[in-house]
Amino acid sequence: MDLYEYQGRDLFERHGLPVLAGGVATTPEEARAIAERLGGRVVVKAQVKVGGRGKAGGVKLAEGPDEAVARATDILGMDIKGHTVHKVMITVTADVAEEYYFSYLLDRANRTFLCIASVAGGMDIEQVAAETPDKVVKAPIDAVKGVDEAKAREIVTAAGFPAEVADQVVEIAVGLWQAFVAEDATLVEVNPLAKNGDGRMLLLDAKISLDENAAFRHPDHEALVDQAAVDPLEQAAKAKDLNYVKLDGEVGIIGNGAGLVMSTLDVVAYAGERHGNVKPANFLDIGGGASAAVMANGLEIVLSDPAVKSVFVNVFGGITACDEVANGIIQALALLEQRGEQVTKPLVVRLDGNNAEAGRAILDGANNPLVQRVDTMDGAAERAAELAAAGV
Amino acid sequence: MAIWLTKDSKVIVQGMTGSEGSKHTRRMLAAGTNVVGGVNPRKAGQKVDFDGTELPVFASVADAMAETGADVTVIFVPPQFTKAAVVEAIDAAIGLAVVITEGVPVHDTAAFWAYNLAQGERTRIIGPNCPGIASPGASNAGIIPADITGSGRIGLVSKSGTLTYQMMYELRDIGFSTCVGIGGDPIIGTTHIDALAAFEADPETDAIVMIGEIGGDAEERAAEFIKDNVTKPVVGYIAGFTAPPGKTMGHAGAIISGSAGTAEAKQAALEAVGVKVGKTPTETAKLMREIMSGN
Repeated sequence: MDLYEYQGRDLFERHGLPVLAGGVATTPEEARAIAERLGGRVVVKAQVKVGGRGKAGGVKLAEGPDEAVARATDILGMDIKGHTVHKVMITVTADVAEEYYFSYLLDRANRTFLCIASVAGGMDIEQVAAETPDKVVKAPIDAVKGVDEAKAREIVTAAGFPAEVADQVVEIAVGLWQAFVAEDATLVEVNPLAKNGDGRMLLLDAKISLDENAAFRHPDHEALVDQAAVDPLEQAAKAKDLNYVKLDGEVGIIGNGAGLVMSTLDVVAYAGERHGNVKPANFLDIGGGASAAVMANGLEIVLSDPAVKSVFVNVFGGITACDEVANGIIQALALLEQRGEQVTKPLVVRLDGNNAEAGRAILDGANNPLVQRVDTMDGAAERAAELAAAGV
Repeated sequence: MAIWLTKDSKVIVQGMTGSEGSKHTRRMLAAGTNVVGGVNPRKAGQKVDFDGTELPVFASVADAMAETGADVTVIFVPPQFTKAAVVEAIDAAIGLAVVITEGVPVHDTAAFWAYNLAQGERTRIIGPNCPGIASPGASNAGIIPADITGSGRIGLVSKSGTLTYQMMYELRDIGFSTCVGIGGDPIIGTTHIDALAAFEADPETDAIVMIGEIGGDAEERAAEFIKDNVTKPVVGYIAGFTAPPGKTMGHAGAIISGSAGTAEAKQAALEAVGVKVGKTPTETAKLMREIMSGN
């Protein structure tokens, strides 16, 4: 889960890291209240999870509460690269003398964590690394030992932070690592980490990603989810413990296992190239079990997407037997009917693996005109794409 | 001979008395796996009956190893307790730990992996969030269905579970030496490269299927490894060509971030070192079939 900048600012503040005083507003009046509380000149910043806000006009200075209201009015509702601005963060201004870069992140390739630090901050770190690699320090962090003062000092020295800020950066590096671990983050990026005119270090931006697998030990992280930005179908699916991602196509996809479903999306997209360029409408992994109830929930979500014209159910019976899956599909359709859902979209079902013959016989025996059985993955994808193209 | 898991492997199950653990212990036994016991400190000394096979419960991995000579552990404990379970296995210096559990926080995986390195990497870790390892006809450690395919001379390494099963099924007439599901998490213990190296060295493996998916750069690194170290033919498949950036596709590790982790990049890297990459699982199986039949 990626956090908004204001959530990152709050998180840093909770962990005792130096940030600018500020608050978040969803209306111009809230912006006024915050500006009044902060006093003096403030910055109004659009809260979107995309870069390039400044260039898009999403970051403005305001001399006092009245101007803060005017700037918030301008920015709220603005579209920045397809993201509508629903919130603005108001902070006091900083008198920036120097800009640095500091981050901790997951290093998948080396199966550990990495610290990236640079005295060339304020810009795109990938660009800095490409153009002047000697200005960027990448230090692997041992996940057990972590970052203590000695390790932090090593990084600060290697990155060439000026002597007059070194002690402060060491302290921030240790504190930031503690926050990174305590919050189960996979990324905390501070760009810029700034030296103020008075010599004080400040964390002026926050880019944070949290590990959703660690939610069980962070009940407070639930509140950080931006419900307004979550697709309603994804929300409904999550409530039913289904792993669903909304996509832009016409062929609804249900399968078991993340890899197989990803593969199904590809195969359907290839087939779609021959049938009106139809595409997968979603990713939905119903997992290993695939009981009737789970299948019904899955079908309900997929069928409630108005863009869906046909559905491809692609199941490989591994631990689950295909006869159970077939029964699940037939019962799911009956269940949906009982719930008052009128199912009119065609279903292409491909069953293979454990007890596939029995499963296919059950589908045939049910004689449901909506259900078509195709026994290979490629063939079934072709049929589902064809049906979707005909239904568009 | 297979890799890492043979008919001589003695397997214990951490979490054997839980619902998933007991279900799959029963299945592993039915597949002919030499399961010799389970671990649960609160039930130590008890015996559990699996359709006529009585398995002892031990207080710790170290106790189980001392009593039974176990050299493989399969871990089914819930995510909250997975780190402790793996650390216990590492402390006991067991040869192979297969971590099935899904949903382990990545900080926990990073921690037990760092710990394993610090202990001299005495334990091979597979997973977490993986289906396990199966050497058909010999032994099965995890949740891979045992009846999809028999033994043969293809080696299989994959990030995904059901996609692994699909590939095993497609090539069931040829059969497999060992199938390894390495898991779809951002940090995993055993990588494609580890499996490729082991298959290369295994006299009973003639060719290798490698299944990857979007996210990270493991496939690119594997390609780099193949170039200099693998002489056996390798066929590849990558899932997620049509996945949009920024959306996690089921596996915690399956996400395209920025320009990194795309299926195109992985395919290009593999093809550049002579690996044939199939467009679909069926096409991939066909490529392997051609190799095995000498065409």
